[in-house]
Amino acid sequence: MSPKTLYDKIWDAHVAHEAEDGTCLLYIDRHLVHEVTSPQAFEGLRMAGRQVRRPDQTIAVPDHNVPTTAGRDDPKNMTEDSAIQVAALDKNAKDFGIHYYPVSDVRQGIVHIVGPEQGWTLPGMTVVCGDSHTATHGAFGALAHGIGTSEVEHVLATQTLIQKKSKNMKVEITGKLRPGVTAKDITLSVIGATGTAGGTGYVIEYCGEAIRDLSMEGRMTVCNMAIEGGARAGLIAPDEKTFEYCNGRPHAPKGAQWEAALNWWKTLYSDDDAHWDKVITLKGEDIAPVVTWGTSPEDVLPITANVPAPEDFQGGKVGAAKRSLEYMGLTSGTPLKEVEIDTVFIGSCTNGRIEDLRAAAAILKGKKVAVKRAMVVPGSGLVRAQAEEEGLADIFKEAGFEWRLAGCSMCLAMNPDQLQPGERCAATSNRNFEGRQGRGGRTHLMSPQMAAAAAVTGRLTDVRELM
Amino acid sequence: MDKFDTLTGIAAPMPLINIDTDMIIPKQFLKTIKRSGLGVNLFDEMRYDDDGNEIPEFVLNQPQYRETEILVAGDNFGCGSSREHAPWAIKDFGIRCVIAPSYADIFYNNCFKNGILPIALPQEQVDILMKDAEKGANARMTIDLESQTVTTSDGEVFSFEVDPFKKHCLMNGLDDIGLTMEKVSAIDNFEDQASQARPWV
Ligand code: SF4
Repeated sequence: MSPKTLYDKIWDAHVAHEAEDGTCLLYIDRHLVHEVTSPQAFEGLRMAGRQVRRPDQTIAVPDHNVPTTAGRDDPKNMTEDSAIQVAALDKNAKDFGIHYYPVSDVRQGIVHIVGPEQGWTLPGMTVVCGDSHTATHGAFGALAHGIGTSEVEHVLATQTLIQKKSKNMKVEITGKLRPGVTAKDITLSVIGATGTAGGTGYVIEYCGEAIRDLSMEGRMTVCNMAIEGGARAGLIAPDEKTFEYCNGRPHAPKGAQWEAALNWWKTLYSDDDAHWDKVITLKGEDIAPVVTWGTSPEDVLPITANVPAPEDFQGGKVGAAKRSLEYMGLTSGTPLKEVEIDTVFIGSCTNGRIEDLRAAAAILKGKKVAVKRAMVVPGSGLVRAQAEEEGLADIFKEAGFEWRLAGCSMCLAMNPDQLQPGERCAATSNRNFEGRQGRGGRTHLMSPQMAAAAAVTGRLTDVRELM
Repeated sequence: MDKFDTLTGIAAPMPLINIDTDMIIPKQFLKTIKRSGLGVNLFDEMRYDDDGNEIPEFVLNQPQYRETEILVAGDNFGCGSSREHAPWAIKDFGIRCVIAPSYADIFYNNCFKNGILPIALPQEQVDILMKDAEKGANARMTIDLESQTVTTSDGEVFSFEVDPFKKHCLMNGLDDIGLTMEKVSAIDNFEDQASQARPWV
């Protein structure tokens, strides 16, 4: 048998039909649904008189536009249009009989955090969601695609996705990370190296010692941003850590089924002599704590660097950098460490898990914030409960952080959590696009510990100086 | 779905790279539960000021580009979120074709599901088309999907690649779900086999 990559193996196990031109129907094991990209899909089903083919494999949770403040299970406390979308999801989940975690449920949270937490996401599966950060689930060795609403409807109706196979790209991070360097710094550095289109047409497999050393939480952070590098999906081969994370989760297999699953999962790795269409290697030791300076996730620099000048770039990037710097209100040559911020946002599907909150709290313990506004939005109700149990919530609150309920919140600012024009935010989320966190808002992406450090000093900060 | 075969229309130049889906349709407009009506908010934050007045410099606000049907843009168009509201807004505005050196994957696929043709051409050719688009309303470009060509207002012709299956669906206005439903027995078979091989799924 010819050698295969992990992607090849999962792909081959899910092709339900292949046409002569290579267009495939890829069978979907898990379909995650949220309130913003699904209403039109359900409406389409109704209009055509179609059913959800596998309601038992379809899971819905509202997350994108829900408020993260108390009292939100009463629709009166939501903006009218949010309430309409959430009510639509409530109704669609009920009418079509799919699994559902409403806002009143402690298991509610960001869809990409809930899936793994509840054991819906397992190695070797195909997972889709009408959200580009579905790539997160690749941390389990699951092939996870973000899809548009027409495709949501297609998966609801047929449990398949029309796909052509992507190319294979290997991103290897060798060696060990230095202190203060995290999964977020890895994933941002990779995008800094490849650009936001570097992964277009590829499925990336992340490997190497520095990746193996990461916890499942860290691996999810890395895969989460595969899409920011343009890739269709990001993958990490499952190993003992993966199996241990999955074991005992509510929807993970049990008993004999667990053993059978484990046997298959252990075959899910790229063969030694598998073919790669593209290979990128970074040394773990070379990765520094980084921040973004511009309005594209590829605008990454070590915190020790200075704000660049447009002339540092080439081609279309010269104009883009000029526009970014203007939008961000930054002057070329300023040390990044001197850039003052007024808001800190810790949360999102990139960095809203328990390990992220622990890392931020470790920096904040016994300190006070020096910014106008700082908020922590746990990725799920369960993460929130655990953080309260571990005393992390108290550390955040004593430092001056708002302690919120779970949701996407200021990651995309569809709920009331928004930046005002000109406000500058240290954010643990994944996108720094113009207006992403509120019209005119300025976003610097970084790790949770870097965001915590920035909260304490009121400017972009090298977390190593506080460790 | 609307068919696409040929189109002759005004092309607007947007010489920016990495035009992301948040620029195309900012999130405050994602709260709709309908597919239509998003055209007025296409490129909202570039198009209107804080008080909702048009920004005259923005290309689609200029008199010669109000009837734009083709957009010529920079590299990596449509990067970012999977929101299909982006192609819905583009289509609702009246744009049926985008020309750029490259696209983000999900956006590219979403276009075809909505009767929009995204054309990828090498940078040098996009540069020429960008110049042509800058001529305004007098310069009408022609797109022919059957022959896979773009013709400038000067008669210069460029050929583009497109996946044959996607082309077929777009030319005939075919609905993906309907097509897949015809293969339902293959899906049934797959499910039977998979439930034996991976019963835990
Ligand atoms: S947290 Fe942000 S990136 Fe993640 S699903 Fe929500 S909006 Fe998308």
